[in-house]
Amino acid sequence: MSSTAATPGKNGRRLNGNLRGWFARQPVWVRIVGVLAVIALAYLLPYTAEIPLIGPQIVTEGIDWPSALFNMSYYVLLALGLNVVVGYAGLLDLGYVGFFAVGAYTVALLTSPDSRLGTEWPWLAAVPFAIAVAMISGLILGWPTLRLRGDYLAIVTLGFAEIIRIVAQSTETLRGDRGFTDIPHPPGQQTDGSALFGVRDATPYYWLGLTVIILVVLGVRNLDRSRVGRSWLAIREDEEAAEIMGVRTIKYKLWAFAIGACIGGLGGVMFAGQQGFMNSGTFVLQFSILVLAGVVMGGSGNIPGAILGGALISYIPDRLRGIQDPIFHTDLFGFRFAIFGAVIILIMIFRPQGLIPSRRRAMELKDREKEAAPS
Amino acid sequence: MLLELQEISLSYGRIQALHEISLTVDQGEIVALIGANGAGKSTTMRAVSGLRPVSHGKIIFDGQDITKLRADLRVVRGVSQSPEGRGIFPGMTVRDNLEMGAYTRRNRVEINKDLDRAFSLFPRLKERERQMGGTMSGGEQQMLAVGRALMSRPKLLLLDEPSMGLAPMLIQQIFDIIVEINQQGTTILLVEQNAQQALSRAHRAYVLETGRIVKSGTGSELLSDPSVKDAYLGVA
Repeated sequence: MSSTAATPGKNGRRLNGNLRGWFARQPVWVRIVGVLAVIALAYLLPYTAEIPLIGPQIVTEGIDWPSALFNMSYYVLLALGLNVVVGYAGLLDLGYVGFFAVGAYTVALLTSPDSRLGTEWPWLAAVPFAIAVAMISGLILGWPTLRLRGDYLAIVTLGFAEIIRIVAQSTETLRGDRGFTDIPHPPGQQTDGSALFGVRDATPYYWLGLTVIILVVLGVRNLDRSRVGRSWLAIREDEEAAEIMGVRTIKYKLWAFAIGACIGGLGGVMFAGQQGFMNSGTFVLQFSILVLAGVVMGGSGNIPGAILGGALISYIPDRLRGIQDPIFHTDLFGFRFAIFGAVIILIMIFRPQGLIPSRRRAMELKDREKEAAPS
Repeated sequence: MLLELQEISLSYGRIQALHEISLTVDQGEIVALIGANGAGKSTTMRAVSGLRPVSHGKIIFDGQDITKLRADLRVVRGVSQSPEGRGIFPGMTVRDNLEMGAYTRRNRVEINKDLDRAFSLFPRLKERERQMGGTMSGGEQQMLAVGRALMSRPKLLLLDEPSMGLAPMLIQQIFDIIVEINQQGTTILLVEQNAQQALSRAHRAYVLETGRIVKSGTGSELLSDPSVKDAYLGVA
């Protein structure tokens, strides 16, 4: 099978495409070694500052580097989950933060001493519950709404996230602004007997996050290559055509929603476990939009794109922290959204399909353009 | 009788698109539906394939009532539609598009047989096997849509405007292939604006006007019918 036949005349136009094409043509063992090397490097990221010259340029200043890495890891997780919904199944979900909140609140309710339930479970015991509750909330939201299309679905999901936030804000059980304190950390001890997941060093959290990401990537990748993935692809490209091929569209859309919710909930679980404290202010709408921007920026519909996009939306603002601008002498962090917006606009101008584009996606966009303005 | 529509009505919101349409398609036939834009031809197709629910009436397929059956299950029963216009998957290769047509089937050997059949009906698709659907010309996409619809090995093939946007020579060609598919044993219900071609190839035809059937007969009868000539054939 020659991969050149697939894109006549398009080879060599993008370095990126070439690199990926080159990688795909390598023997299996080379690819495995390559992937393992990338994973190993990812685990070593907390030691970036040790690299002479470039290291100090990369690490964040206003926030310690391991914490910044952990932040990146849960944003990446969220981007991966949202990518299933938006990138694979093509469902515009603007309320993704809702599932993140559901995951985090379930953990808080089950573990925090502030909770009315009074269960005070360890963190690990609450994890499966939180994921299950997030998934169920995905199904409950999806069942009535997935019959809607495009813009309508976006509006309903937007409403969902706001409902979650407002309920959290105003019910006694969810404690509003006061929030939950003393949410336990993940279990484990270091050799000297101190807690592995403490408050001083975020490195173990980052490693945990990275491990979860790897597992999620493996799961999502397998799904994408299965019949489920083929069904998602067909639905995204042309829902009616998918239906008359025999795809039970509502079922696969629900699947996408539930899996996305699951991963989002998992992000919330990690977040709650590391922060130890959370309140209703954490789950603002901005958050959903930011993650969506990350997915689109990285390249909707492919895993490396979602990872890159998710990492960037967290890294850029964190990197700006603690840097003074030369004119107003304020923290550049305050300008993060302005800078961020400019970066997104630039990316959308120069790489409208995202930093790591999916060729399929490019084709779909072109097709929609034709539909919008038939020649 | 393979397909029977019994007085079906269908509305888009408050606009009624079909008024008690009744028609039949017998095993082995090519039946054409002709009519002007907005007469309800495509809507009828969508009712048969299950993309739109009907508000009244019954759809009987292969002796069973499928009025309330979901669209994906109708494919399993043997109804397959080639949708109007750009109904292909633009980001899938030609090959993957065809494979998508066999979505409800499991038998690899049989699927491969039908792939070969699609490629022999449309040699052009074989040449473009690894090309993305969206990069092909209108005519090629049309061929792909028809080939894909065949991949479910349907009892009834619904073709919605197979000649739309094609050059005259290609129109001839695609109708030749439609007749060939029919001779290989597939029953066809065809919607066409190109009434001349449709009527000369179909065994029987129905004329639709504003959601009602106003005439029916054999292809040749309608071809020589003065009012049909006047309205749809563009000759005085």
